Amino acid sequence: MMRFAVAVLTVVLTVAGFADAGEKQIRRVAVPVVKIEKGEACVAPTVEMRRDHMNMLLHQRDRTLRQGIRESRFSLKNCVDCHASRETGSVLGKDGFCSSCHAYASVSLDCFECHTPLRQARAASVPR
Amino acid sequence: MSPDRRQFLGWGAAAAAGTVFAPVIKLIELAQARSPQEAASALQRWGLLIDITKCTDCDVCVTACHDENGVTGHGRPGTDAQWIRKVSLRDKRTGYAQTLPLMCQHCEHPPCVDVCPTGASFKRDDGIVLVDKHTCIGCRYCVLACPYGARSFIHETVSGQKSDVPRGKGTVESCTLCVHRVDRGETPACVEACNRDGGKAMVFGDLNDPSAEIHRRLRSEPSTQVRADLALNTGVRYQGL
Repeated sequence: MMRFAVAVLTVVLTVAGFADAGEKQIRRVAVPVVKIEKGEACVAPTVEMRRDHMNMLLHQRDRTLRQGIRESRFSLKNCVDCHASRETGSVLGKDGFCSSCHAYASVSLDCFECHTPLRQARAASVPR
Repeated sequence: MSPDRRQFLGWGAAAAAGTVFAPVIKLIELAQARSPQEAASALQRWGLLIDITKCTDCDVCVTACHDENGVTGHGRPGTDAQWIRKVSLRDKRTGYAQTLPLMCQHCEHPPCVDVCPTGASFKRDDGIVLVDKHTCIGCRYCVLACPYGARSFIHETVSGQKSDVPRGKGTVESCTLCVHRVDRGETPACVEACNRDGGKAMVFGDLNDPSAEIHRRLRSEPSTQVRADLALNTGVRYQGL
């Protein structure tokens, strides 16, 4: 019985090992394209931005809409201004900064149902 | 040298004047543009005064509003959004015709806010009535409650929004008094266009600021509210109606 269990375990581990190696060669899900278009640093350290950007935007949105506080630091406009692609001017699309990561993480992205994903014309006309 | 009685009284008068006038000066300061970090204040109440006798047959206010806010239609007047519209009035007996722009009246007691089940329809501290589209569920109670027919429901997918004016399908919207411009210290797009290309019929300002033109004119000239019988205390007032 013991011998049989060890044999099964060995087979399972071997198969898992092969699968792992296979995944390293061909990833089933495309890795997100994180291409920083503008600026040296974001408004907060990368680790914090990855974990908390949605909370920053949530609080900023309520302050802006309900109280009229229009600080640019955590505003969606500020995000789009830096992160929109140089080619398309958008944060959406196949390699878009927002959409590619959200597609990878399988998290729906509702901001741009209403907000424009395009960099503002004013900011685009300013030479970088 | 000790101060004599006359001098002492003089100092007293100066101190009293300082106490009386300092708050007035403070109010005047508040009427200027706020800094972006500062919240809208209940000390202000933004409003419009529209002189219909000067309102001509043009529609520059409507065009300017829809340009500024990226309000585009699909050529379907029944369902297309309308933030501001020209209304024509005609006295059946005399034939006297008038035209006026009608938009959200930014009531002090807005019925749209009363009926909103999610709190999406709200009044900002400075009197501007807005829709929080993040919480709007598109039930359209406010559309029915508004006595001015000022609210529109977005029936179709929107693209090409302005960065300051997010708009999306399934939510209700109306005149924001160009809140993004007001927060920058500018006047609404309709007022700017009317004073540039139209009949110079519109004045924008702080109803609470005694030094503002709108306050002075409302104090010294007759004006009316549309459906004043509802006692909503509208922020938009008309003259010559």
